[in-house]
Amino acid sequence: MSGSGGGGRQVRAIESIASHLVVLLAVAFALYPVLWVIALAFSGSATPEARVLPIPREPTFDHLWAVISTTREVGDSTQWLFGRQLANSLIVSIATALVGIGIATPTAYALARFNFVGKEGGLRVLLATQMFPAVASAIPLYLLLDFLGLLNSRTGLILCYATTAVPFAIFQLRAAFESIPVDLEEAAMVDGATRFQAFRMVVLPAARPAIAVTALFAFMSAYNEFILAATLLGKEDMFTLPVVLQRFIGEYDAQWEAFAAGALIVSLPVMILFYVLQRHLVAGLTSGGVKG
Amino acid sequence: MVAVSVQQVTKSFGATKVLRGVDVHVPAGGFAVLVGPSGCGKSTLLRLLAGLEEVTSGSIRFGEREVTRLEPRERDIAMVFQSYALYPHLTVRDNLAFGLRLRKTDPAEIGRRVDEAAAMLGLSHLLDRLPKALSGGQRQRVAMGRAIVRRPALFLFDEPLSNLDAALRAQVRVDIRKLHDQLGATSVYVTHDQVEAMTLADVMFVLNGGVVEQQGAPLEVYDAPATRFVAGFLGSPAMNFIKATIEDAGGGGLRARLGDGSANLALPPGLPARPGQAVEVGVRPHDLELCDESAAEIHLKVDFVELLGPEIHAHCVLAGAPVIACLETRTGVSVGDTLPLRVRRLHLFDQESGRALR
Ligand SMILES: Nc1ncnc2c1ncn2[C@@H]1O[C@H](COP(=O)(O)OP(=O)(O)O)[C@@H](O)[C@H]1O
Ligand SMILES: [Mg+2]
Repeated sequence: MSGSGGGGRQVRAIESIASHLVVLLAVAFALYPVLWVIALAFSGSATPEARVLPIPREPTFDHLWAVISTTREVGDSTQWLFGRQLANSLIVSIATALVGIGIATPTAYALARFNFVGKEGGLRVLLATQMFPAVASAIPLYLLLDFLGLLNSRTGLILCYATTAVPFAIFQLRAAFESIPVDLEEAAMVDGATRFQAFRMVVLPAARPAIAVTALFAFMSAYNEFILAATLLGKEDMFTLPVVLQRFIGEYDAQWEAFAAGALIVSLPVMILFYVLQRHLVAGLTSGGVKG
Repeated sequence: MVAVSVQQVTKSFGATKVLRGVDVHVPAGGFAVLVGPSGCGKSTLLRLLAGLEEVTSGSIRFGEREVTRLEPRERDIAMVFQSYALYPHLTVRDNLAFGLRLRKTDPAEIGRRVDEAAAMLGLSHLLDRLPKALSGGQRQRVAMGRAIVRRPALFLFDEPLSNLDAALRAQVRVDIRKLHDQLGATSVYVTHDQVEAMTLADVMFVLNGGVVEQQGAPLEVYDAPATRFVAGFLGSPAMNFIKATIEDAGGGGLRARLGDGSANLALPPGLPARPGQAVEVGVRPHDLELCDESAAEIHLKVDFVELLGPEIHAHCVLAGAPVIACLETRTGVSVGDTLPLRVRRLHLFDQESGRALR
């Protein structure tokens, strides 16, 4: 008995090592390009060349510093340009997430819980809007924003991003609300809540993981978006980070080290966001409250 | 504690009529059980009492108060859901306190009531847990606790035991009745389980197809079922039914020619039946009694025997119809025996209307 038990342990140990190896390999595979970018960002010597190991040559912080400390002269004062561009990106992305969630949450709840005239049709129209990539409407959007005087503004960009974020968020959240048992709201209403209180105090908390994920997606899609930003923003001090990055490898000379350094800096807020939200991203908050 | 009075209530979902004119009256402090097969409209009726659905027609009163159009929160009720419906993001303590906080009860009072209810239900050591960290039985008790702390005038239960295992169910059933007696509120309890209905109810309402088929004290209904449906629904094993035709037995008496005609059963005098009438004879398995050959009214051949411990269920055939007799194990009945039996009590139902003849 003990012999076979030991054998079982051995097999399990081998299985464990094997699965760890596989995971390690997968991680290395996924991270290799990232490591390469990191190496490049910290390399002193010019021009990138293909090398097997992503180790920086003549390590330096110069590129990072150069990107961060980009400034420009406005009149007789110096403006911290990069700071402004980072703020543009964050403001636009956060606002997109907030507007998207703010509009999608009540809409999705209504779609999940009530029957009303035009519900099916509305959903279909919503789905149809998802068929066209935002670029397809770049020119009309340009004209429209121009007409509204919102070209070259964060507000204009937020409007454009939110219109694409909302339908996706609605579908996402509708599914989330549908998975929350109606019993919970009914229990709350019997307990003394109005329908709105039941929504706010029971449904919203139960849907929090889904809302967090949806908000993160809206944020990310805005934060990463390039084409619309490049089309609708003409002035340097209104640029979002993807546009800034693109300029590093612009027409005449490609500043690969600066590009890599910029890419790292751009990634940072996203990584922080994931870290902060990971608790919410782990779903399963509703499990246990209602037994089927 | 309020009396509940449901008058001529109907409820339709679109074209589907779920309740077709229901009257239910429960005295203040009473324990009423709505019982019936799945889909008969029990939960719908309970949800109408809770205000979670609106009546199509009819009225509902709690005591002197007309509540037909009131919101759930205005009705002073508490409800225990089949699914328990515990708030997943709140601890047991906050689940219990939820309703009181909504009603802006004084925090000290909330603490006192929550502790009291938790002690009553043995939840004191679980107060800081989330629902997902509780067993099924514990969740059920939290659901009960959430109702108790509110001290409502009326408790509503929708199959609160159906997610528990059999042993726990029997225990909690007793607990629920004890709590009811202790709290002195009115209770309306929905179940499809006739044992729960029989053991819990002061007054029982048997629903079928959206109407109340019969109401009354459990034993009253059990002893004198008004329809074949009620007779078959209550009791375990279910009542034996044998199709029969009424015949004149001579001397002013009547008898029933059973099933394929191979057996007869003399009927007690005074039944409102007429010769030639197509009926069903109903005999509860426990109303069949072994007797001397001389006193035997019928003879049954035993096909199969189920041993349950103190009693056996003898599966037999009578005039072509399957019949179960519950007999004491010590009688030593075994397969192949022919049993001389006396019928302690029989029920007669008109085949066409299903109504009891008595
Ligand atoms: N919201 C609803 N919409 C449509 N039909 C419903 C709804 N609620 C219940 N029903 C129907 O009403 C009937 C009775 O349901 P219910 O009261 O839940 O039965 P029970 O609790 O006795 O099993 C069922 O046939 C069910 O399908
Ligand atoms: Mg039901």
